[in-house]
Amino acid sequence: MTTIATPRAPEDPGAPPAGSAAPERTAPQRPRRSRLAAGRRRTALLWALLLAGPNIALLLVFVYRPLVESLYLSTLQWNLGSPTARFVGLGNYVEWFTAPTTGRVVTTTLVFTVATVGGAMVLGLGLALLLNRRLRGRGVARTVAFAPYVLGGFAVGILWLFMFDPRYGLIQEVLGWVGIASPEWYTNRPWPLVMVIVVYLWKNLGYVALIYLAGLQAVPQDLKDAAAIDGASAARTLRSVVLPLLTPTTFFLLVTMLLSSLQSFDTIKAMTQGGPLGSTTTLMYSIYVESFVNGRAGYASAVATVLFLVLLAVTAVQLRFVQQKVHYA
Amino acid sequence: MTAATLQQSARRRRSPQVGGYLTMILATVVLGAPLLWMALASLKAPDELYQLPLQWLPAQPDLDNYAQAAGAIPLGRLLANSIGLTIVGAGLKVALGLCCAYALVFLDFPFRKVVFGLVIATLMIPPQITIIPNYTLVASLGWLNTYQGILVPGLASAFGTFLFRQHFLTLPRSVLEAAELDGAGHWRKLWRFVVPMSTPTLAAVALVSVVTEWNDYLWPFLVVDDPSTMTLPVGLTLLQNTDGMTNWGVLLAATVVVTLPILLVFLVLQRRLVAGLTAGAVTG
Repeated sequence: MTTIATPRAPEDPGAPPAGSAAPERTAPQRPRRSRLAAGRRRTALLWALLLAGPNIALLLVFVYRPLVESLYLSTLQWNLGSPTARFVGLGNYVEWFTAPTTGRVVTTTLVFTVATVGGAMVLGLGLALLLNRRLRGRGVARTVAFAPYVLGGFAVGILWLFMFDPRYGLIQEVLGWVGIASPEWYTNRPWPLVMVIVVYLWKNLGYVALIYLAGLQAVPQDLKDAAAIDGASAARTLRSVVLPLLTPTTFFLLVTMLLSSLQSFDTIKAMTQGGPLGSTTTLMYSIYVESFVNGRAGYASAVATVLFLVLLAVTAVQLRFVQQKVHYA
Repeated sequence: MTAATLQQSARRRRSPQVGGYLTMILATVVLGAPLLWMALASLKAPDELYQLPLQWLPAQPDLDNYAQAAGAIPLGRLLANSIGLTIVGAGLKVALGLCCAYALVFLDFPFRKVVFGLVIATLMIPPQITIIPNYTLVASLGWLNTYQGILVPGLASAFGTFLFRQHFLTLPRSVLEAAELDGAGHWRKLWRFVVPMSTPTLAAVALVSVVTEWNDYLWPFLVVDDPSTMTLPVGLTLLQNTDGMTNWGVLLAATVVVTLPILLVFLVLQRRLVAGLTAGAVTG
């Protein structure tokens, strides 16, 4: 190393690297060029301001400003619309963590989230496996399954409320066929929560199935053929070949569904208004109740921050795993 | 291979197919029934709705429930509001995303990466945390019960910008460089070259925006209580509160008015809409 390096050593100090010889040769042109480049840079900046400016300004005013303001509000005892506020530090957070209703809200949120996300994933995968087979008319089935996903949560809530009507609904009729008396869906716990979960599943099932279907179609046929030649049953092929290859899809869906489930509001608002006796009040719904029904905007901001941190944690886990190429992990 | 084993394997292959068809039909019926049931119920007379055993088909289908719904809330006005706000909102959202993504991909300006990070990070900020401060801002601007109050706070495009950017990165640079040599400015490059090369993405972003604007509930519900600026989903709340569950026919007729337009959009433009709604899965 040193023997090769020594002959070059005298030239090294201060000498520009080989490539920089060219700019020196064009030195006379440099002022004009850089003026041209500066002009171009200026127009580019101008255009950037013009094109990206409005969107960025809207993001700053309606997303980043409220994000920061919400954190600040969470330290205040302040009622919506009130001219006065009192600084309480972490008081709102302390109140939330010690409030008697918090345990119930967290449990409800957990049950709702696990049931909707888990249910949608399992049923969605089943539906995708079914629609991945060469069945005639599967296009129609796919359309019907996906349609609820494009509908608004509030309208969906209303139409299902009628489905669940304990006396005149379609569900009590179907239950009657197999000799089951309809539960009091609207009033008797835990049925209101079950009802909301069923509706959420119906609305999102088609989406999960469609994403899984795309994943299934990317599974190479020769891998499945190879498994079949090795004598693997269909169930074994699914478990040992197909499902591992679907891990990235599963992970994506898990996170997407978690985020959407934790933020669901419209359907609960339409069907139960968080009741009866708070039995369908999720974390998200409690933010609405605290801020816009009880008017406790400061306290509600603290609850919103808690939800925000939960969502952020979910996203952070996603980013971590996406970088690790999940399906080989 | 003997005829017997051939027959056997054929039977084995056929029976799962039969099972598959049965399951598929069952799933389709179960998933489709609620929508059908709603449509049928909206055409029934009250005594048919509250009759046991259940009446499957309306004896004399009529639009009485729709007329009553239109009498209880200004259904026509709400429909017009929803259509107008959806078109304007989705249009602006697409334009904002398109222009922002063009700047992020084709323009060289300082802090470009920071700006992109700023846009992407908003995808992680749940709208719920922004609601209280945005509500107080909109209220202080005197924007409660106005179209701009419903529209403006949700206009900023993060998802659209992201999708457009992903697509723009795949466009052939040579075409744009050639356009530049021909003296095309950025405005011309955007509309004459980039936009025509981006129609699938454009359609996907536009359709997703249409669906989300049309269905948006919480925000318009908070900022509007005057029927003259109200949107359809919020009007449904109004009807639910006034008529309650005592008048299912009327409530369901209004629900049909809310859901049918978006269902039609879905049926006609299914492929593009699904591509947009599932785009997140492909782009990660």
